[in-house]
Amino acid sequence: MTNAPENKQVTITNTIEPDKEDKKTIYSIDNFNLWYGDNQALYDVQLDIPVNKVTAIIGPSGCGKSTFIKSLNRLVELVPSVKMSGSIKYNDKEIFSPKFKVEDLRTSVGMVFQNPNPFPKSIYENVVYGPKTHGIKKKKILDEIVEKSLKEAALWDEVKDRLNENAFGLSGGQQQRLCIARCLAIEPEVILMDEPTSALDPISTTRIEELVQELKKDYSIAIVTHNMQQAARISDRTAFFLNGEVIEYNDTDKLFSNPDDKRTEDYITGRFG
Amino acid sequence: MAVNVKELMKEKKSNRSLQTFTEKAAPAFFLVCSIVSILATIGIVLTLLIETITFFTRVPFMEFITGTTWWPFGENPSFGILPLISGTLLITVIAMIVAIPFGLASAIYLSEFASEKVRKVVKPILEILAGIPTIVYGFFALTFVTPLLQVFISDLPIFNALSAGGIVGVMIIPMIASLSEDAMSSVPNSMREGALAMGSTRLEVALKVVVPAALSGIISSFVLGISRAIGETMIVSVAAGSTPTLTLDVTESIQTMTGYIVQVVLGDASYGTTTYYSIYAVGMTLFLFTLLMNLLSQYISRRFKEDY
Repeated sequence: MTNAPENKQVTITNTIEPDKEDKKTIYSIDNFNLWYGDNQALYDVQLDIPVNKVTAIIGPSGCGKSTFIKSLNRLVELVPSVKMSGSIKYNDKEIFSPKFKVEDLRTSVGMVFQNPNPFPKSIYENVVYGPKTHGIKKKKILDEIVEKSLKEAALWDEVKDRLNENAFGLSGGQQQRLCIARCLAIEPEVILMDEPTSALDPISTTRIEELVQELKKDYSIAIVTHNMQQAARISDRTAFFLNGEVIEYNDTDKLFSNPDDKRTEDYITGRFG
Repeated sequence: MAVNVKELMKEKKSNRSLQTFTEKAAPAFFLVCSIVSILATIGIVLTLLIETITFFTRVPFMEFITGTTWWPFGENPSFGILPLISGTLLITVIAMIVAIPFGLASAIYLSEFASEKVRKVVKPILEILAGIPTIVYGFFALTFVTPLLQVFISDLPIFNALSAGGIVGVMIIPMIASLSEDAMSSVPNSMREGALAMGSTRLEVALKVVVPAALSGIISSFVLGISRAIGETMIVSVAAGSTPTLTLDVTESIQTMTGYIVQVVLGDASYGTTTYYSIYAVGMTLFLFTLLMNLLSQYISRRFKEDY
């Protein structure tokens, strides 16, 4: 637990940190605890997610990394027994405050899931689902959104001639990029990714990783991954979770080359997990 | 405890001949059972067909399907089935107007909104509703619903299509609710999560994602409901009357195909008369209607099936 106080330091001094003045924070999580029934899954989580960077969350199975990322858009509340304490601020607004509607939060925070989950509709209808839900009706605008989102998700060239075919006809990797396009269609600020490549083959994985690099120019990304090489390849910051605690949160290069905590070192060198 | 599992298994296996016999006999037994039901079906259809053909040697086919008067008794019988078909369709339409909105809304509630606790209470109650004998529904229509409707519609006859059809609808609600709920519950949660994560409300998720994804199951449940309404006998015999009328007026007394068959079977049409044979022709028509509905339901569930 040598790191917890240090993290706290980062939280408090974030805005005036001299060497990182260009680095703004989109999410700041403070003292966040979460229980499923009587089982505590997250302990005093304390970390900041920077704007326009890729933040990776690594750790062994069951360490609470998925729970954590699903707390960021409050999707974790779908589990009826869930209880929480502490604070998560998104753009300085407390996300659990009754004044902050959960739909508004989720509209500006998109999510990509472990298994591709397109709707059983056409490719076109999948992409326009979000815009339509939020009241955009004009065909011309929707057409533009579809083209722009699919291009951003690097899928346009593969599907432009079959936009009206069912999304289930796509390969797993294409489906996942479609889900990314669907998420981009409502122009979120943040994209949460919960092990987005764990169900994909290596080639599709590479494409998604390249895509993440592209997307961070315009979006802040938090990505949960099992794969440490992936975290090292694509992220700027990395948080290491173990048994519901943040053991270490550091610049990715630092965390993988010279970790502060012995447990981080043990994990990244493959001694457990 | 020195239990030797291998020894015990060997002992069990020593009784080989009986085991071999059972192994061979069992499939044969199952085959015979399935053949019995197939033979019964073939027998019923053949009987229907033969007697229907006899009927058409006495009454011209065209008169049967285009005639607008159904008066099988007395001096000048007339066998035009349209009034019976219109009666059946009237009951079916009224029933579906009641059953589809209530059934679908219950299904959406149960699948998308109800907590585990509520579901555990409501589902068994719906199943009880499905288990009430239809004669009870019939009596309920006649002795409760009709007098209630007469408060609002003063000249409503005691036997009328409205209360019978409405109660047929109530009877079908659990069926549509239960089958639609099954279809919606089998939509994977990942789709709900995907939609919620884009800022959809739960209502939007239910109506724009879950219902469309479960559409094939939902429509099949409607079609099965229609087929049930067409074939429903007791409620309409008790509450709809026995006046074959070619009408779209729901407040009139009508007769359905099933109601007519009951009337003749219970009445005094003697064997060999045209009236006697007419019930087979009506039965055949009824059979064709429900067969069509079942085929439609199968086609829909296959055509619109989504593999998640």
